[in-house]
Amino acid sequence: MTYIAKPRLRHPTLETNKVGYTRRDYEGKISTLCAGCGHDSISAAIIQACWELDIEPHRVAKLSGIGCSSKTPDYFLGASHGFNTVHGRMPSVLTGANLANRDLLYLGVSGDGDSASIGLGQFAHAMRRGVRMAYIVENNGVYGLTKGQFSATADQGSKSKKGAINSDSAVDLVGMALQLGATYVGRAFSGNKAQLVPLIKGAITHGGAAFIDVISPCVAFNNHPGSTKSYDYVREHNEAVSRIDFISSRSEITAEYAPGEVVDVRQHDGSLLRLRSLHRSYDPTNRHAAMIYMQEHQARGEVVTGLLYVDPLATDLHTALNTSEQPLNAMDATQLCPGAGVLEKLNASLR
Amino acid sequence: MQRIESINDFVVKFANVNGSGSASANELFAKAILRMGVPVSPRNIFPSNIQGLPTWYEVRVCEQGWLGRRGGIDLMVAMNPQTWDADLAEIEPGGYLFYDSTRPLPPSKFRDDITVIGMPLTEICNAVYSDARQRQLFKNIVYVGALSVLLEIEPEVIEKLFGEQYRGKEKLLASNVQALHLGRDFAREHLRAPLGIRVRRADKVGKRIFVDGNSAAALGCVYGGATVAAWYPITPSSSVAEAFQKYCAKFRVDPATGQNRYAIVQAEDEIASIGMVVGAGWNGARAFTATSGPGVSLMTEFIGLAYFAEIPVTIINVQRGGPSTGMPTRTQQADIISCAYASHGDTKHVLLFPQDPRECFDHAAAALDLADRLQTPVFVMTDLDIGMNQRLCDPFEWEEGRPYDRGKVMSAEELEAGKDFGRYKDVDGDGIPWRTLPGTHPTKGSYFTRGTTRDAYARYSERGPDYVYNVERLLRKFETAATLVPQPVLQPATNRTPLGVIYFGSTTPAMQEALEDLTASGIPIDAMRLRAFPFPDSVARFIEEHEAVFVVEQNRDAQLRSLLVNELDIDPARLIPVLHFDGTPITARFITRAVTEHVRGGARGLVGGRPPVVVPPIEAPGTEVAK
Ligand SMILES: Cc1ncc(C[n+]2csc(CCOP(=O)(O)OP(=O)(O)O)c2C)c(N)n1
Ligand code: SF4
Repeated sequence: MTYIAKPRLRHPTLETNKVGYTRRDYEGKISTLCAGCGHDSISAAIIQACWELDIEPHRVAKLSGIGCSSKTPDYFLGASHGFNTVHGRMPSVLTGANLANRDLLYLGVSGDGDSASIGLGQFAHAMRRGVRMAYIVENNGVYGLTKGQFSATADQGSKSKKGAINSDSAVDLVGMALQLGATYVGRAFSGNKAQLVPLIKGAITHGGAAFIDVISPCVAFNNHPGSTKSYDYVREHNEAVSRIDFISSRSEITAEYAPGEVVDVRQHDGSLLRLRSLHRSYDPTNRHAAMIYMQEHQARGEVVTGLLYVDPLATDLHTALNTSEQPLNAMDATQLCPGAGVLEKLNASLR
Repeated sequence: MQRIESINDFVVKFANVNGSGSASANELFAKAILRMGVPVSPRNIFPSNIQGLPTWYEVRVCEQGWLGRRGGIDLMVAMNPQTWDADLAEIEPGGYLFYDSTRPLPPSKFRDDITVIGMPLTEICNAVYSDARQRQLFKNIVYVGALSVLLEIEPEVIEKLFGEQYRGKEKLLASNVQALHLGRDFAREHLRAPLGIRVRRADKVGKRIFVDGNSAAALGCVYGGATVAAWYPITPSSSVAEAFQKYCAKFRVDPATGQNRYAIVQAEDEIASIGMVVGAGWNGARAFTATSGPGVSLMTEFIGLAYFAEIPVTIINVQRGGPSTGMPTRTQQADIISCAYASHGDTKHVLLFPQDPRECFDHAAAALDLADRLQTPVFVMTDLDIGMNQRLCDPFEWEEGRPYDRGKVMSAEELEAGKDFGRYKDVDGDGIPWRTLPGTHPTKGSYFTRGTTRDAYARYSERGPDYVYNVERLLRKFETAATLVPQPVLQPATNRTPLGVIYFGSTTPAMQEALEDLTASGIPIDAMRLRAFPFPDSVARFIEEHEAVFVVEQNRDAQLRSLLVNELDIDPARLIPVLHFDGTPITARFITRAVTEHVRGGARGLVGGRPPVVVPPIEAPGTEVAK
């Protein structure tokens, strides 16, 4: 549990990063999710990304909504403050937290039910406001925690475990994020850590609203034939973009497969992941082109993964509000209170 | 016909059309009287803000200083043909009607028990101004000019006010003064002046200031150190956030860098606005939102989270008429229960009840301190009557160097020194645990905040005893809150009496006046003004010490009375509700009548037996209720 400092005892051969932490220092509580849940792979990717970025764990604030996905912040970065808020409302809480202290790194974790159903409005407005954060949706197309109902990202015509066919069309969060003005937009598959880790690293270091939709199969309720968010389905329909290695100025990220190539990647669970990376001419700094590209492939039944769009010079809500460099939560009465003299003058003006 | 004769004690009502630019002229009228040293209390009465609909501005002039709504109109300035009949009906017998006589009206349109003063305002303005908007706007100033002659308001005072308003805009200044004199000249030459009601210079205003409660609450948030404000527009609370923005732009910009020491977000809805306040509070900034009833309804899930996860949150609730959209531009005190117990499960919240703008300022600043100290949501329960009307009140005061009470926040040094940190542990016996802010220490003091149950060390736990420990501690914290909130104000009667009255908030001015009227008619009453929930012990004692206690409030269901019964375990029969809920501010006349009727009519009611419930008389549907 997070309140107890992790035992500092560590094997002398354990590798430490530049700030002196081992990978274990980025872990959290033991996960209580189902074995094989895609969400756990995402937690592992977050742990690796933060370790590789040499982030001090306590400088991260991790916030989430409600759902299996939203439980995951308890399972990584045990030394950072976490906040499991209410269903669908992580973005507003994170916005407020960010306004209070701009010096921390903000990680927002949510589910597809959390962000695309009950929380669609908050998702949209956080994106358009440009709140600086890495917003990760662990997207399984179902409500995991409430046991298998369709979420708003379930594809039209896909089948639930109980055999119901989804008649509603799906909300595409990536398309929305692009349209709403997010300045870093990516999609990944929880089963592809090689792609996910650099994407997360890019999101964390990004200067504005970064959004990553991670297809994350729910082994309990959405990993059956007929689902379009199952491991098999996603592996077969994945189309990856790969030009993400320029994002972080701190550590170069290299793609594991060359542009234009098709590769079969064997995952730690033994499964095979087929990836086709994007053509060299794909320009991830063109928002409009990204939207068209994504939609074209979607129409072909392909799931495009990778970094779809980035504005490398993005600014955030603090810039827009011209907020002081010094965090607002660190100011005291001498900085905030205009004082008795000013009040006297105000009184005089009100007579 | 007997004309009403009165100096410095009368009520004028302006009936206008929304959007005609009358608001500033009417305010000018009120301020001019104030500058002559005579207390006034104006009230805006307006429908949901649509151009062309009727709007009223009622000014009570009262040298004695009563600031409540009196009821009855002595002089009606009837500028809206749409509401003519109802406006005319409101005038007290012997009163006065002032109207635009450009177009003749049939005699049936008048009453013969009032003095009618016609002035061809449109004709005058059309003759002098060619521009349509000017004709419209200056008509208002022309009638203020005429009224100043009729009521003997000093023209220099008005001109001085113009001078302040149009400083640096000489052209505007000159044209306004011209319009004023246009009205004055006509009145002197053609009207029988002065009227029986008149203004005489006095010295009854003193150092008091004239300000609306919403601006005052916003200023309280500035002084109290709020740095994050998130809000969603809703009448009658929007001007709190707007005023906060204005004051921050003035007082909170770092002079060295030009950067803002505040962040204000107009959120997409009330859920997001309270969410941002929760996030900012969790992360150690002082944050608030301002809203009204429907907003509170949307916020309740988050309010429950803040209560259970113990996060400081300040909510300024400028109450309006409910339920649902109810009467959005009318006043009520009808969110008492919904705020006191907002959200599902066993919750209780701190409520503060300011009586006037000065207390809106004080309570807003106090709420920020209390929220931090108690780590819980705190509501400032004002209402439209205080929030949107300018009120004469004591000047704002701030003790130089007053620090902010940040409550129990454990620092990195304290954690380093090995201080035991259990986020939800009651180490001090007051029910208030210690908290840490995100980012404080590399290895110590972090915890997972959630709305789910946990143990004293913030570890997820559904064990019954852990849950009970937590919720009982929250009750203990609420008891502590009762000692920290603003205490009730007691006003004993001059003679011993078995009767008491409990009231709060915007009822205060009417209550003060009613107490004096009742004493004069031989019914002395001990009075207690509540300033907060939870109720301090003195409230229960006060009720115990009296045979019967009137509870005066502005809602249908006697919500404060229910709260008293529920929280203090009181025999309901001892609490006699006096309820006013037609959307207009309660009047002294109403309270006096309700109490008198009860006392005279109900010996049976007072000692033993359930007293009759007092409800306001029902008026014919469609008429403007004026009490
Ligand atoms: C206001 C509210 N409504 C409903 C719920 C019940 N609920 C809990 S989790 C959840 C769905 C979570 O789905 P998702 O965000 O997709 O996360 P997953 O569990 O699939 O990871 C729901 C509906 C709730 N907690 N709060
Ligand atoms: S129910 Fe689904 S989403 Fe939830 S933990 Fe299990 S596999 Fe993961």
